[in-house]
Amino acid sequence: MEEKVKDITSDEQQEYVINMGPQHPSTHGVLRLVVSLKGEIVKNIEPHIGYIHRGIEKMCESITYPQIIHLTDRMDYLSAHINNEAVCLNVEKALEMDIPDRIKVIRTIMSELTRIQSHQLWWASFGMDLGGLTCFFYGLRDREKILDIFEETCGGRMLVSYNCPGGVMYDIHPNFQKRVKEFIKYFRKILPEYDQLLSGNVIFHERSKGIGKLSLEDAISYGVTGPSGRASGFSCDVRKHEPYSAYDRIIFKEILHTEGDTFSRYITRIDEMWESMNIIEQLIDNIPEGPYSVKMKPVIKLPEGEYYQRVETARGELGVYIISDGNKNPYRVKFRSPNFVNLSVFNHITKGFKIADLVAIGGSLDLVIPDIDR
Amino acid sequence: MLPEIVALNTSSSLSVPWWKVVYDFLPLTQWIDSSLHNAMSPFWTTVTEMLIIGVLILLFYALVGLFLVYAERKVCAFMQNRLGPNRVGPFGIFQTIADLFKLLFKELVPIKNADGFLFNLAPFIVIIASFMAIAAIPFAKGLHAIDLNIGVLYVIAVSAMGVIGVLLAGWSSNNKYSLIGAMRSGAQIVSYELSVGLAIITIVIMAGSMQLSVIVEAQRDGWFIFKGHIPAFIAFIIFLISSTAETNRGPFDLAEAESELTAGYHTEYSGIKFAFFFLAEYINMFIVASIAATVFLGGWMPFHVGPWEGFNHIMDFIPPFIWYIGKTFFVIFLMMWFKWTFPRLRIDQLLTLEWKYLLPINLVNVLIMAFIVLMGWHF
Repeated sequence: MEEKVKDITSDEQQEYVINMGPQHPSTHGVLRLVVSLKGEIVKNIEPHIGYIHRGIEKMCESITYPQIIHLTDRMDYLSAHINNEAVCLNVEKALEMDIPDRIKVIRTIMSELTRIQSHQLWWASFGMDLGGLTCFFYGLRDREKILDIFEETCGGRMLVSYNCPGGVMYDIHPNFQKRVKEFIKYFRKILPEYDQLLSGNVIFHERSKGIGKLSLEDAISYGVTGPSGRASGFSCDVRKHEPYSAYDRIIFKEILHTEGDTFSRYITRIDEMWESMNIIEQLIDNIPEGPYSVKMKPVIKLPEGEYYQRVETARGELGVYIISDGNKNPYRVKFRSPNFVNLSVFNHITKGFKIADLVAIGGSLDLVIPDIDR
Repeated sequence: MLPEIVALNTSSSLSVPWWKVVYDFLPLTQWIDSSLHNAMSPFWTTVTEMLIIGVLILLFYALVGLFLVYAERKVCAFMQNRLGPNRVGPFGIFQTIADLFKLLFKELVPIKNADGFLFNLAPFIVIIASFMAIAAIPFAKGLHAIDLNIGVLYVIAVSAMGVIGVLLAGWSSNNKYSLIGAMRSGAQIVSYELSVGLAIITIVIMAGSMQLSVIVEAQRDGWFIFKGHIPAFIAFIIFLISSTAETNRGPFDLAEAESELTAGYHTEYSGIKFAFFFLAEYINMFIVASIAATVFLGGWMPFHVGPWEGFNHIMDFIPPFIWYIGKTFFVIFLMMWFKWTFPRLRIDQLLTLEWKYLLPINLVNVLIMAFIVLMGWHF
């Protein structure tokens, strides 16, 4: 009995432990955070992952390369197209294929559209995390326009599975160029509205500036990539450093901010939407003629060896590592998923802030849980 | 109990044409009172009157609650590019009634390890607090259940009782999120109570009375927000901010904060007990909007401009009840507007706003107002 009393008064026991998730509105999926609090202040976060683990990497070992595409859709479902592209590029690299320009340009445009719609959904849910419920509907309203474009060309809206080794599944829809141009025109007008609703708001500035600071050293040592890393000044844009598809022939700048707080992560993503629109505008009128797909063998077999390809998804660097033993299915597949790495920095930057900041920081890291668990 | 009704009118029929009642309810209430007196003893008269008023207020309470839920859903829908409820009845006006029945028939989930008595008591405290406050609000000329000489104080005191219910709900639920929500709510309401009080005191200084009917009458030739120079306007803004905080509405809805605490203090409640909290929130909004309308915008008093006789006369044609409802819903619309526009504050920022900004501004504002009244500089 006496021991029990002693325990309660000890410092460790005074921590107020709450379970955020697996069912919680602001964990954006089935992530469970065991949060130790002292009053409102966060002392420690322990992320428990694996609630949506489907064994995608293991499943890949028993299926063929074109089939893997459909599993990668289900990892980071908001950058489905870019995930597909990573696998396709890796397979094409292994087979030492020459990909026609038309395919490269189409893939780039689709990737950038994917990036915009992902950031739109992020903006919507980030606004909601901070309590601005109207943001959610604004973001989804505009995202719908991109999904409609996807639907017309790919047949799918979110999990498009549009890429296949050697090209894309179908040619672009005749309306594609027109509708993308319409969207760009529309979104250039609508994006300042996002700023009016959230970026310029005093409460928003108070809530996000100086919150969850991630220094450049920490960003590099934890391996935080994507907009979250670039907000800390970590130049990690794969599109720039190791161009793939058509990124080597267009002019765009890598968005870099140096503050590393929640606000600069926010601004980085907003700026990226502008930049993505620039990229699309450069390409949309210059889609070269040619085949939309290279004829492949019915059964794709990769030569024995190890292959690695990285791409820039909306959340950071996605690496696809394939070991092939010469069969029609890979010997081992490993995905370096950006969200898993970005999650690791969560505890480090949230310590000492309040519960409300925890939600804001979590939102600004833009975690997609199926990508963490795979 | 009912001062204005006790002043007896012995005539057995309505003293004015029936349609004039909408401009002044006093003859009607006096007529009912005298008819009852003729029929039964004074004791039973009082009991009957209390019952009638109780039932009427209850009915009004429920109707306002239902309407406000509908209004909020429509307003927020239009701000978010949606249509809002549009299936049940024309423009979906019966949606909230359908929701009410749904909540009535829903299971009341018993909570293991909850403090049963307090858990069941909490929603009633919340709802009784708001119910009592509504009794002292002047809806129109003569339509005033009880005209206390400290009406303003009474409303502030009674509506502050709701925080006890919130604290009890959070504590007795035995849920960690609920407890955090309740503690936040306690800190928040106790802090913002000060600003609400001081903002109203600014006007009480001007009116020279705490009686709501006197405050309304004093605005015959101009509402206080116009009469009181800048201090009255500042007080109105502060009142709007702090009363929104007091009713736990966005951007100050930290006690519920569904993205942080799932639903805060009422996480564990289900069915009609949850509906009580929900209803009380809307009625509290209605009460603070009523107080804002009464104290700053002239209550049921039509819009009068001092010397413009003709204009004032035209304004008088609109019944006082319409004026009152119009002003109240204007204030409610403002509150809904910023709920659906702004992100939520953090708890420390919320308290900083109150203790470091609103309270000092308010204190200085009261002084300035006192000085203005002393010098007779107001209109």
